[in-house]
Amino acid sequence: MVQNLPNLLWELVEGYLKSLTQVKQFKGNARSVSVDLNNDASLLIDIPDALCERDKVKFTVHTKTTLSSFQKPDFSVPRQHEDFIWLHDALVETEDYAGLIIPPAPPKPDFESPREKMHKLGEGEATMTKEEYTKMKQELEAEYLAVFKKTVQVHEVFLQRLSSHPILSKDRNFQIFLEYDQDLSVRRKNAKETFGSFFKNMVKSADEVIISGIKEVDDFFEQEKTFLLDYSSKIKDSTARAEKMTRSHKNVADDYIHISATLNSLSVDDNTKVEGRVASDEELKLTELFRYYMLDIQAAKDLLYRRARALADYENSNKALDKARLKSKDITQAEEHQQQCLQKFDKLSESGKRELTSFKGRRVVAFRKNLIEMSELEIKHAKVSQGAQSSFSFLCLNFFSRNMQ
Amino acid sequence: MAASSRRNPPPLPGAENQDPLSEMADEDSDEGEDIFVGNSNPVAEAFQPDTANGEEPADLFSEAETSTAVNSSITTSKSNGVHSDNENDLFAEVSVELSMENPSTTAKSSGAEFTPSLTRSATQPESMEQLEEEKDEDSFDMEVAVTNPEKIGDGMNAYMAYKVSTRTTLPMFRNRTFSVWRRFSDFLGLYEKLSVKHSLNGCIIPPPPEKSVVGMTKVKVGKDDSSSADFVERRRAALERYLQRVVCHPSLLQDPDVREFLERDELPRAVGTHTLSGAGFLKMINRASDAVSKMTIKISDSDAWFDNKLQEVESEELQLRKLHAVVDSLVNHRKELCGNTAVFAKSMAMLGNSEDNTALSRALSQLAEVEDKMETLHQEQAASDFFILAELLADYIRLLGAVRGCFEQRMKTWQRWQEAQSTLQKKREVEAKLLWANKPDKLQQAKEEITEWEGKVTQYERDFDRISVTVRKEFLRFEKEKSKDFKSQIVKYLESLLQSQQRHVKFWEAFLPEAKAIA
Repeated sequence: MVQNLPNLLWELVEGYLKSLTQVKQFKGNARSVSVDLNNDASLLIDIPDALCERDKVKFTVHTKTTLSSFQKPDFSVPRQHEDFIWLHDALVETEDYAGLIIPPAPPKPDFESPREKMHKLGEGEATMTKEEYTKMKQELEAEYLAVFKKTVQVHEVFLQRLSSHPILSKDRNFQIFLEYDQDLSVRRKNAKETFGSFFKNMVKSADEVIISGIKEVDDFFEQEKTFLLDYSSKIKDSTARAEKMTRSHKNVADDYIHISATLNSLSVDDNTKVEGRVASDEELKLTELFRYYMLDIQAAKDLLYRRARALADYENSNKALDKARLKSKDITQAEEHQQQCLQKFDKLSESGKRELTSFKGRRVVAFRKNLIEMSELEIKHAKVSQGAQSSFSFLCLNFFSRNMQ
Repeated sequence: MAASSRRNPPPLPGAENQDPLSEMADEDSDEGEDIFVGNSNPVAEAFQPDTANGEEPADLFSEAETSTAVNSSITTSKSNGVHSDNENDLFAEVSVELSMENPSTTAKSSGAEFTPSLTRSATQPESMEQLEEEKDEDSFDMEVAVTNPEKIGDGMNAYMAYKVSTRTTLPMFRNRTFSVWRRFSDFLGLYEKLSVKHSLNGCIIPPPPEKSVVGMTKVKVGKDDSSSADFVERRRAALERYLQRVVCHPSLLQDPDVREFLERDELPRAVGTHTLSGAGFLKMINRASDAVSKMTIKISDSDAWFDNKLQEVESEELQLRKLHAVVDSLVNHRKELCGNTAVFAKSMAMLGNSEDNTALSRALSQLAEVEDKMETLHQEQAASDFFILAELLADYIRLLGAVRGCFEQRMKTWQRWQEAQSTLQKKREVEAKLLWANKPDKLQQAKEEITEWEGKVTQYERDFDRISVTVRKEFLRFEKEKSKDFKSQIVKYLESLLQSQQRHVKFWEAFLPEAKAIA
């Protein structure tokens, strides 16, 4: 019976999550990590539906477009998480986009935490009362739903950022991603390639260190660099702390469940739901905001890196040109090379400046929206919680006076 | 008439209690009127056969109406006593009738009143006693407080001394307010003395807080951190509750040991409270043997009441233990939440510092402050969780243990009685055999033994009956106290919850405009 439990629960969750209404319901208040998306009617993308099967999440990507570059004006395709990663990597590797901030790839759907809980629930079933068990199960379902919500959201946002970007929205790979009927069966990176990319990252970070020593010509970029470096470490810290805090909050909520179950009273779920909901909503708002911007800042840093790389290349090409002039050999080649480097560098600087400025604005607006929503939620929940907690305590009183008769 | 002339003008209902009582005490009157003067002046007046008089009935009834309240309060308080319930109810009925009657039916009511008054005369002294007790309880001003823990001495011989202050109007104490210094072993010593004297009667003796070697060692060593401060505070609160329960108990309060504990300046050092002493070992052995005998005895009680109550107590204890464990985990998690919120607040502040957009930077710093305030809130909530809820549960788990002990005492008494009965039976058999064998000298001895054991059996039976009554009374009193206690504590907890929620709302409402101001 206990062994079957994980399967049963999983099926339950599956069925629960399949219902369209759930998905549609949360789309309303969902997005607060990035605003001003999906405004351009010429290309509207959303993820109206998603299925959760075992480990994999299958997203239904729905596109509505007036652009002639697409075959149909309205269509949907099923996509998996790996397809998104493929798209992101493809964009990053495109040289032309070196001067752009590529939206960060959505993180892998992580059902680890609810799954652990489910195991614990299954194991502890024998020791719990039926009510307690039901309540824990409800909380578990809510948590699954929250994780699910989150992952659909980040995938959606990724696509929408691409669609609202003037240059990236025209990308060929992006089009394939949106349109291609058949299963993309994206070539998952085989072992060699994964190792290769890992190695590349290592080289890149070492490179970054070297390059950060190069004298910056432009004040704007100098400022940005210092700011972003500092900010990114701080925001990483905040993300971790926010996560810890919301986890503690969840523990407290769980305890209230146990207490009310022990009190053996009528539906005391008001208090527990509120506390749990405060925790999961906080998580959805603040932590998600931080996590998203942590990744975004990394993307911005990547842009800066590429530009710095281009600058270094340019300076190297200058040196090579000088050397060639000295040797009077291959001068034209060197000159050409230098010109190329200069062009590249200028292009990167120009688009980089644009991107970074818009990034700033975007960030401030998103923070504002998020913070407002979070405080409004806190107030609302605190007010509701007042009522819930009084009912909770009245139930306590009832329990004790019942026992006294 | 005569009676009415004595009181002129008619006194207020409240003050009425005092005078008539003293009057009753002094006068040994056989005048029908005077006895009735006792408790219920207006009613007594109604007994006066002057209903013919036009004015008086109006007066009487108006007075009667005002003092009906007094009467009913007296009757309700008296119904707490074990006897004279019926009489009181009848009386209450009667006094209610009074207020509803109009002057035209005076004759009927006054006629009806004569009967209860007559019966009242017989039970007068008893009800007066009860009244006195009630009066004492009503003006029961006995407050004890345990405050100012101070560390006395140094090193491993150090101990904490607590100031025990009493404020009372009870005549048996020398002063009205006084305080003494006591240490923890003194409290334990008091418990030992009370238990030796009263547990055999079936009283429920409140148990003191538990010893804690770890806690005390930390304090002795002088570790000046929050955990030892917490420990001392926890112990102080527990000792205060312990003392309050002891003085609430009507028969324990009469015990000279309690009085000595509260009044005497220097108490001899309580021996036998140290865990490793000889007395300590003796106690452990006794407890072990008790546990064994508990398992083997089962009273075949004609009164199922005790059985049911014992079962209730046991199941309640289990539930409380479970609840206590969960509340404990709640406290710990909230403390964790506290810590995490503080750390988060700091990182928010740093983020705000490095933010270049000024409005956003200000907002983030504000957020950091709000989170700081939340941390304080959480901390207070955790403290209240603990001190109100968890300690309450722990106290009652211990108290339920004491109640169980009480029931066990009764069981032991029953066993003693049964054993005596079987011994008597054996002696009788011996006597019968001796009769048969015709040995006159041994016969005499046997007869003496039989008389002796008969006496013992009667005495033990009486003991058993008495302890049953006491246990029952004690249990009812305990239930009442428990329900009162829980209600007040939970209300307190509720209030603290609500208060913290309100502040929660206030903090976030203050932050909202800041968030909106981001440009």
